[in-house]
Amino acid sequence: MKKLMLIASAAAIGLMAGAATAQDQVEIVYIPKNTGNPYFDSIIGGFADACAELGCSFTTVAPATAEATSQIPFITAQIQRGVDVIAISPNSPDALNQVFDRARSRGIQVLIVNSDIPGSEDHRDAAILPVDFTTIGPAQVELLGSMINYDGEIAILSATTDAPDQNVWIADMQTVLESDDAYADMELVTIAYGDDDPQKSTTEAEALLANYPDLAGIISPTTVGVAAAAQVVETAGRAPDLQVTGLGTPNQMRRFIENGTVEAFQLWSPYNQGVLAAHFAMGVNDGSITNEPGQTFDVPNLGTITIGDDNVILTQDQPTTFNADNIDDFNF
Amino acid sequence: MTALGRLVRVREAGLVVMLVILAVVVGAIQPRFLTIATLDIILLAIPLILVAAMGQMMVIVARHVDLSIGSILGFASIAVGMMFRDIPEMPLWLGFILAIAIGAGLGLVNGLIIALFRLPAIIVTLGTLSLYRGLIFILSGGRQVDPNHIPEALIRMAQTSPIGVPWIVIIAFFTALLAYVFLRHLRLGREIYAAGSNPDAARLRGIRVNRVTLVVFSLSGAMAGLAGLMYAARFGYVNPGITGVGFELTVIAAVVIGGVSINGGIGTVPGVVLGVLLLGAVSVALPILGISGFWQDAIYGAIIVIALIVDGSVRAGGLVRLVTGRGG
Repeated sequence: MKKLMLIASAAAIGLMAGAATAQDQVEIVYIPKNTGNPYFDSIIGGFADACAELGCSFTTVAPATAEATSQIPFITAQIQRGVDVIAISPNSPDALNQVFDRARSRGIQVLIVNSDIPGSEDHRDAAILPVDFTTIGPAQVELLGSMINYDGEIAILSATTDAPDQNVWIADMQTVLESDDAYADMELVTIAYGDDDPQKSTTEAEALLANYPDLAGIISPTTVGVAAAAQVVETAGRAPDLQVTGLGTPNQMRRFIENGTVEAFQLWSPYNQGVLAAHFAMGVNDGSITNEPGQTFDVPNLGTITIGDDNVILTQDQPTTFNADNIDDFNF
Repeated sequence: MTALGRLVRVREAGLVVMLVILAVVVGAIQPRFLTIATLDIILLAIPLILVAAMGQMMVIVARHVDLSIGSILGFASIAVGMMFRDIPEMPLWLGFILAIAIGAGLGLVNGLIIALFRLPAIIVTLGTLSLYRGLIFILSGGRQVDPNHIPEALIRMAQTSPIGVPWIVIIAFFTALLAYVFLRHLRLGREIYAAGSNPDAARLRGIRVNRVTLVVFSLSGAMAGLAGLMYAARFGYVNPGITGVGFELTVIAAVVIGGVSINGGIGTVPGVVLGVLLLGAVSVALPILGISGFWQDAIYGAIIVIALIVDGSVRAGGLVRLVTGRGG
């Protein structure tokens, strides 16, 4: 009985100590687009690990569906809770402006993570982006070039014909293919659109193989397309004469790396975005970082980070390349 | 009955003619279309649709429609995919049985709601289309089952078999054969036509129409469940937000092109097989012809509509009326 009371009082003291530190700690909440998305789980992992190191209190909440206004009640609740930092991957470029303003008027730092809110930059403190997106097109061409000795017919398998990100990247690919002599022997024969639908992407990839028997490489800058292309090339037994690369997630592509169908593909690191966002939020909070364009700060393992125009912060300049050597280090 | 039989045969002949026209026209523009390699692509494009179309045609013959099959396909594939992931030693055959059973169960729920509450199938299955999709997200926590968690043996089924044609193609045509025997030679199969032609007359003849409803929806669900596992084999992963989305529209289009009357009571398995083949051939022909992605959806849709108009006109004698200007 005495022992039990001892445990109980120890627990009570522990609880009080916990409450005391929680009050002193900077409270950061991250609101992803929706729950259960492994990509955003990886950002959450970055936040959590960085906060464990930096001594901030980190929580995450999210709506079930990624609808424009579904995050508003969650933001409102966090304002009432009195957090110090709201980091969010918004479902809309402008629907959240009012609630952001309300948070900031209470002294809460609002950080956009993973994609910016174009046209609404005045309603947030800063935006953390995964990568300099202008490097994606050239980096993809260079990666495929290195896989096919910079020689042969190549094709692009994209998402929908109106996918804005993909169309910008494809335009960059075309520019670099035409202007850079290193790619003079690489000929872009066609651009196919798989609509980010597995069936359509697969049929389009099969048609590429049928229509271009000498095809040396396929770039698919979309996660559904690159997996479909890899599956088709595996089924046709065309690797390694036909190389597939693109933008994919490690978990989606792991099997193809392991069985040799795909040598390498690219993406960025959502985990590092979380780490960077946590460091930035803490630095701004304790005054060690001035949130103004041109200012720099250091993040362990990520190096020196510069705050860009419009308070946009890039986590990395170039996309990360995943291959057999490093894929086991990633889980998203 | 013989007049009806003749009409149906005409319908099938019409589909064969359309397939031949498609092959000749596309082959003339792009000879590569008329190769074994292209046939392989078409054969690999149709198994999921063919299997699900067998269930859907029974539902439509019984004067209902099942809009929920895309979500049933998704649910069965996610559930079984998660089992493969979490219990790696689970045998493949058990996965097939579970996928079919889960699909049949969800289909039975559709049938029960429709039969017990006397509600229109189009509304009930529109509801369960969302309901089952929602359950997929809850069950999976929004996470897909990644390619490295799908058994290699299952993926191989979409790539090889001892006779050269991938297993999933063989399974699909075998399913069609079973459906043919069931609808043509079994009493229960004939009752589906009777119930769909005239439910009241069927009741008077002692056919338990509600039982027919339960059977067709359970079978449609079971077929969608089987298609779910074939999806995992074919594409190598299953995703809660992608797998099976929009699938019902493709399948219903194939069934209707195959000559199944949306008013119930009419339709044959060979007709539906031809409808699926026609749709599959068109979907492969467009990229083989190198038609721009901007145009593909419109052309694909236009071909479906043209096929229905030509076919419907032939069947109703409308084309004769149109040409001769006389009533028919």
